Amino acid sequence: MIDLSLVPDGGVGWLDASGPASHMVLSTRVRLARNLAGRTFTSRNSDKERELVLRDLESAAADTPTLRQAVRFRLDRLEHADRQLLHERHLVSRELAGLEVEARVRTGASLLLQGHLGVMVNEEDHLRLQGFCSGFNLAAVYDEVKRLDTELGQRLPFAFHPEFGYLTSCPTNVGTGLRASVLIHLPGLVLTKEISKVLQGLAQVGLTYRGLYGEGSEVVGNFFQLSNQTTLGKSEHELLDHLAKMVRQVMAYEEQARDVLLRNAPTVTEDKVWRAFGLLRYARTMSFEEAMNLLSGVRLGVGMNIIPGVGMYPLNKLLINTQPAHLAQLEGLTPADPDLPARRAAHVRRVLEEEVGRRR
Amino acid sequence: MQCDQCKEREAVVHLTQIVEEQVTTQHLCERCAAERGVESATLLPKTPLGSFLAAMGKSAGPRGTGTRTACPGCGATLQDFREAGRLGCGECYATFGAELRDLLRRLHGSTTHVGERYLAPGGAGVEALPGDLAVTEDPAVALRDLLRAAVAAEDFELAAELRDRLRSLEGVE
Repeated sequence: MIDLSLVPDGGVGWLDASGPASHMVLSTRVRLARNLAGRTFTSRNSDKERELVLRDLESAAADTPTLRQAVRFRLDRLEHADRQLLHERHLVSRELAGLEVEARVRTGASLLLQGHLGVMVNEEDHLRLQGFCSGFNLAAVYDEVKRLDTELGQRLPFAFHPEFGYLTSCPTNVGTGLRASVLIHLPGLVLTKEISKVLQGLAQVGLTYRGLYGEGSEVVGNFFQLSNQTTLGKSEHELLDHLAKMVRQVMAYEEQARDVLLRNAPTVTEDKVWRAFGLLRYARTMSFEEAMNLLSGVRLGVGMNIIPGVGMYPLNKLLINTQPAHLAQLEGLTPADPDLPARRAAHVRRVLEEEVGRRR
Repeated sequence: MQCDQCKEREAVVHLTQIVEEQVTTQHLCERCAAERGVESATLLPKTPLGSFLAAMGKSAGPRGTGTRTACPGCGATLQDFREAGRLGCGECYATFGAELRDLLRRLHGSTTHVGERYLAPGGAGVEALPGDLAVTEDPAVALRDLLRAAVAAEDFELAAELRDRLRSLEGVE
């Protein structure tokens, strides 16, 4: 097993619910797609070329203030469970971790990580620079990722074209190469059945949504990852401002939906929330999907001040630690162990017991 | 994963719906999904990229590079791009510029980068690729250059877009 304690906060500082609007927004992420000039893109290059990309990036990173102390994970040399762990922590994409069905890890697939900043190497693009923070704070995360971009761009030649901007393997990312996203919890809009209208509205203004784990993932636990759809024809700041404005709008809709629930269906809402809490406190076996959906209910209850004495941080930690690879590591099992659902239920009971006891 | 409906074929469509206040996800094979009126990506491309890629190369216009032209940088052809949905290297953008502009306009509503401009190590500016235009710090100058090139290439759609951008830029100044 890999030792994530090498990373100062285990790479999950973005979970600590300390950031702006963290009652509703779990985290903010920004990534910039970059390729090295004169080198074939990942889809057509060889193992040897990928090793060269990694070598170039590592020597440049060692020279930058931002990544000098970075911890490096070579995904192509890690076990499946370890790669799954990094993916569950939202530090690497499913593709880079080689977790797709029948996929294998690409030679040279790596992650460099220092604090809230990291680089995925040999993903679809040579480099995916990424930054994350707790709560809703697009400008701060972008500034940090931009600093990393500038530091690396002064040491490595990036593929850039005066008309098309930063060149990427997929034309959907060309231009700024910027994808900014906000992981937001919208149970009120789901319960009031307004969510599809809101999501359709977002599509009309050039935004898109994904599930908990980003591209290609399903929506679980009423978590939606909202992000910009286009990357070309607008400046980085225009893209970020537009997303920020729309996220604020969605937050206002969610608040309205919660008000409607409290006003029109207080008993039903309270019942739903407390039932979720009751199941999490006392159930004896639980799938990850069930845990996610119940945690969503409790999160709503905490956000609406129905359930007192439970903090967002322990709930956030449960979201991560009830996932198969995390739970398996905590319990000393393999992610496929048949005992996992029982251990999951026990883990959740223990955490909530401590949380309630501590606040009593 | 097996199809939830017929329990026979491989599920390729993952349909997430909100029914009775619950988010449910169904995993369906292509045939069962089609029976229920759900479009699958393989049956009918739902993204602009999908539909464009499907059409691309079939109807390379007179200005088009054609499916046989290979990128001098990586050897990729338009056919390769159509199949993989990924370009092979930075030079592909110059090689397949005419086709890509159409695609970019549909994907992004624009063909021109207006964000941060990159200075390569040493501050020497961007290394010129074949078909490149001079790098300049003034966006209006860059746009005028692009406009001239678009008119010369008889890409009037692009020219109109550039003219609009130029107007709004000059209006701001």
